[in-house]
Amino acid sequence: MKNKVSVGKVLIYIFLTIWAIMVIFPFYWMVLTSIKSYSSYNGEYVPQFFTLSPTLENYVAAFTQVPLAKYFLNTLIFTIITTAVMLVVVILAAFAFARLEFKGKDLVFTLFLSLMMIPNELVIITNFQTITSLGMRNTFLGLILPSITSIFYIYLLKENFAEIPDELYKAAKVDGTSDFKYLVKVMIPISQPTIVTITILKVIECWNSYVWPRLITDDEAYFLVSNGIQEIRENGFGRENIPAMMAAVVVISLPLIILFLIFRKKIMAGVSRGGTKG
Amino acid sequence: MKNNLKGWLYLLPAIVFLAVFMVYPLIDVFIYSVEEGYNSASQTYFGVGLFNFNYVLRDPYFLQAVKNTLILVVITVPLSTGLALLISLGLSSIKKLQDLFQTIYFLPYVTNTLAVGLVFMILFKPTAYSEGLVNLLINFFGGRSVDFIDGPYWAKMFVLCFYTIWIVMPFKILILTSALASVNRDYYKVAQVDATPSWRVFTKITLPMISPMIFYLVITGFIGAFKAYSDAVALFGTNLNAAGMNTIVGYVYDMLYGDSGGYPSYASAAALVLFAIVLTITTVNLLVSKKNAHY
Repeated sequence: MKNKVSVGKVLIYIFLTIWAIMVIFPFYWMVLTSIKSYSSYNGEYVPQFFTLSPTLENYVAAFTQVPLAKYFLNTLIFTIITTAVMLVVVILAAFAFARLEFKGKDLVFTLFLSLMMIPNELVIITNFQTITSLGMRNTFLGLILPSITSIFYIYLLKENFAEIPDELYKAAKVDGTSDFKYLVKVMIPISQPTIVTITILKVIECWNSYVWPRLITDDEAYFLVSNGIQEIRENGFGRENIPAMMAAVVVISLPLIILFLIFRKKIMAGVSRGGTKG
Repeated sequence: MKNNLKGWLYLLPAIVFLAVFMVYPLIDVFIYSVEEGYNSASQTYFGVGLFNFNYVLRDPYFLQAVKNTLILVVITVPLSTGLALLISLGLSSIKKLQDLFQTIYFLPYVTNTLAVGLVFMILFKPTAYSEGLVNLLINFFGGRSVDFIDGPYWAKMFVLCFYTIWIVMPFKILILTSALASVNRDYYKVAQVDATPSWRVFTKITLPMISPMIFYLVITGFIGAFKAYSDAVALFGTNLNAAGMNTIVGYVYDMLYGDSGGYPSYASAAALVLFAIVLTITTVNLLVSKKNAHY
């Protein structure tokens, strides 16, 4: 009986290890390929699973032959501004829903929730026309504007704000604290974990966003990393320089992987509370 | 009165952005879809009717996109959900290395779809220099090399499904693992006392307890798979029509932008067709889950 159980356990470990390899392998392959030299990569009919002569020449190529640094910087600017502005908008709205009393609040909140069901694909067509007719193609403003509100994050934060006891608010009112001051001094610090989660999820979303940037930019000077990598694939390096391409892929993937390894618990908890990919 | 104003003031930024970038576009997409012969440059049209829908539903590119998307949905949703369930069951039955496995399994969630798609491309594509790793593996087992990126349709579809599953697994594993962890331990203890066989424990306790989460994953899985696009671009490049691997969402964007673009009316009609399909399937899913899930 005992023996049978341990055989089952071994099978489970084998199964789990197989999937782990499936997940890890593309990452391993991309790092490995990025440190092989161009000639040794193309000289291998049967690709080698390790290399004894690692080189950084592909990373040099990635930063000198294609505007990877520019793509990287653009994405950084886009991510920081979008996330920061979104946080302000979301926090103000969540505060209004959770703490302030005004006519029509419930109606507006219901309307917000029903808008959550609208898929991006439906509204992106007009947004594209709007941004185009405003002459904001190939500008950061055009990239950022449509993505600075998120009803889901407003909802998440409102729930969190609502948990903060009324007594605190009443005490602050007695002391003559203004609503805004109360929000900044009390509610935001108490809800910090949720705000951090929202920030990280938004950063991931911004860093990986592809569709909107592709529609709204055709000038390479405003490409984000996703479009940049597509451009590199189709026009950069000469099509055959796979190692240099992989070096660019590593550079693009690294920031989020590091972020993930640092905030692993927070990210996973945040995603299971309602993030879906894409 | 003063308080009323204040509430609206705090909401103002959110309302303005939602109005401009969500409510107005939502109304506008219906208007676009019935404006016949809309011209982007002059912003004029010459009639109102259902011609756009008619055109889209007859367009071979659209039909190809619908076919591709349907195949993708039918293959990836059940496979990824089933596989995620197996992995989560495995994960929740072990203690050692559980954290490590969970961390590894989540990695695809934080990666850039376009970037990692390139890695899949080099793994699957034969080049002048080498057959590529996957093909060498096939050769090793006695099979013939296939070009998975520019080759036959089923080979391309295989890679697309494979990559899609790889991408959606982290979310599903995460949800199912936490669902499994939240099942009350007492049920299992009682079952143990009664010496219930493990498959019975699974079908009578575990499965019913996590069924709401499975249905949730199936519904979000359907919605997500119907909107597939960037995974296909990552593998086959931006000209998906030429590769014969376009998706419905890809068709919408192609109508809007690029060499084939400039037709927001066709794009709107296609987007509305997609929305109708997704809405129907989600409704059916919800009805089925209401009947079968245990809450």
